[in-house]
Amino acid sequence: MTRTIISTGKASPGSTFDLRTHLGSLELHSPVLTASGCAAAGRELDNYFDITAIGGIVTKSIMLAPRSGRATPRMAETPSGMLNSIGLQGPGVESFLETDLAWLQQRGARTIVSIAGGTADEFGKVAAKLRVAGGFDAIEVNISCPNVEDRGQVFACRADTAAQIIQTVRRNSDNKIPIFAKLSPDVTDIVEIAASVSQAGATGVSVINTLLGMVIDTETMRPALAGVTGGLSGPAIRPIAVRCIWQIRSALPDLPIIGMGGVRTGHDALEMILAGANAISVGTSIFNDPAAPMRIQKELEQELRSRGFESLTQAISFAHREESEAVTETAAGESIDHGEQNWDFISE
Amino acid sequence: MSVGASVGANPGAIQVDGEVLDVQRTGKYFVLSVTAPGITERTRPGQFVTVGMGGEESSMILRRSFAIQRVQARGMYGGTLEFVVSPVGKGTQWLTKLRRHDPLNLVGPLGKPFTLPTKPVTCVLVGGGYGSAPLIMLAESLRDRGCRVDTIIGASTEDKLYGGLELKRVSTSLTLATEDGTAGMRGWVTDALIDTLDSSKVDVVYACGPMPMLASVAAECTTRKIFSQCSVEESMACGIGVCMTCVLPVIGEDGMTRMLRSCVEGPVFRGDRVRWADVGTIPDGTWGGEGLRS
Repeated sequence: MTRTIISTGKASPGSTFDLRTHLGSLELHSPVLTASGCAAAGRELDNYFDITAIGGIVTKSIMLAPRSGRATPRMAETPSGMLNSIGLQGPGVESFLETDLAWLQQRGARTIVSIAGGTADEFGKVAAKLRVAGGFDAIEVNISCPNVEDRGQVFACRADTAAQIIQTVRRNSDNKIPIFAKLSPDVTDIVEIAASVSQAGATGVSVINTLLGMVIDTETMRPALAGVTGGLSGPAIRPIAVRCIWQIRSALPDLPIIGMGGVRTGHDALEMILAGANAISVGTSIFNDPAAPMRIQKELEQELRSRGFESLTQAISFAHREESEAVTETAAGESIDHGEQNWDFISE
Repeated sequence: MSVGASVGANPGAIQVDGEVLDVQRTGKYFVLSVTAPGITERTRPGQFVTVGMGGEESSMILRRSFAIQRVQARGMYGGTLEFVVSPVGKGTQWLTKLRRHDPLNLVGPLGKPFTLPTKPVTCVLVGGGYGSAPLIMLAESLRDRGCRVDTIIGASTEDKLYGGLELKRVSTSLTLATEDGTAGMRGWVTDALIDTLDSSKVDVVYACGPMPMLASVAAECTTRKIFSQCSVEESMACGIGVCMTCVLPVIGEDGMTRMLRSCVEGPVFRGDRVRWADVGTIPDGTWGGEGLRS
């Protein structure tokens, strides 16, 4: 049996592994982030691991005004996942800046601020307030939350509305701030949306948000969630996330991608990275294991080492390499060093 | 500080790999004793633990939350704690099938505990179903402070009563109530509570049980201007304050209603602060509520 390798055993197990990654101009020391809505603003998780040791915290989507969120029940467990219908509960951007962002800054955590809004104008106003405040590393624009009253507010479902929001946020943000558009997998062609937001000024894309789902409570024989429908997350959706990352990477070889959707282990993180993600976010798995991001970072390093990668960068998009570029191990223990990067993206 | 902003939730909580010591059936419930080094030393009455379900590859992603009924900080196995499981779902049924030495991942102690009086006052404890479990640890603490502890526990029927023996030992008096009259008085715990409140001077009422019971207990206490503390059982996803699942409408000191998280701002709330009739809704006037209708 032949086995595909790149090189073996260059980085010794004791040494520091190079997990650095780039999201546009932003360099992170690790590709592991928290997913928006699953980590609040980092403070609670700091109890279970050092939040400055991972790549960064992606905060829960913040809106212009305080928001109560939806009625309860807001959650239902599903096989290898869950439905949520929180409805963007939050304190509003001003309180967020004063308390949450100030704390993150003082704590020294890399911070990607997720923003949401009901209109392009609201997105613009939130971005403008962030611009004045400063003290964060990037913006993730949540144009794909399924838990809004009006499905027409899921801007990521159409290329034109998605682009309009991104344009507005770009116009109201510092030129140097990377902007990531968070996309919904509930679309016919996610590549079209990705291309559209990229053209509108997004640095990259975050894929994927939750999928719209529903559970009926068979005891009450009514919908399990007060909001009737909710967003499906967790390992159950991982293959969909991997597919979306793959499709976008194939079409847009240089677009930075933050991959997310059911990452539970370092192995899962590696899968997304091989598919083309430059970084990954850990979401629902935090509910399962509050220390998941830190654990996954360690596991990812191990997964990369054991496959002979010398840095994270080498593994990004590695699953897209040409068949002929696969290297076959010739003899036991014999390693073949192919240097920095001996492969290209498939051009379509 | 505004709600939704982090409030340094559960600074003492840790995640540990514990081990099952014993699974004991009692009536309709099971009591699990587990080692929980590091958690037991910090646990105060009313706090809870979350438990990982089904091992690492489990399809049950969400942890389950359980009120801690008792801790033993030291002993043969180091720190151990007990919690009660009502096997009504897949996760809880899995728990009851665990055996001695099985591993169990625990996070705790979580949540705001019951606040204890500084003086030896008269306390009434009210428990519904297995909601009486955390009252055991509470009663012990109150007795240690010289408080009078009159305990009332109830359930629909005898085998859904929980903790009678232990509570009898640690309480000044114990009253049982069942809806079908199979044990103690026939009726609800609130009937017994009303009798107690009307016949003696009570300083504080502590309650844990189903929402309708808590609503009645709180109403009876508030009408009589008696301080009540209610521990709620809300469905939780994370238990540590990040998911915003377990919220309920609570009136703050400023008179404003906010959707507060049971896991970090509770599970113990002042009875007069919770808008019991509005649980499960976003009542009019809730902070940030208009955002939904805009």
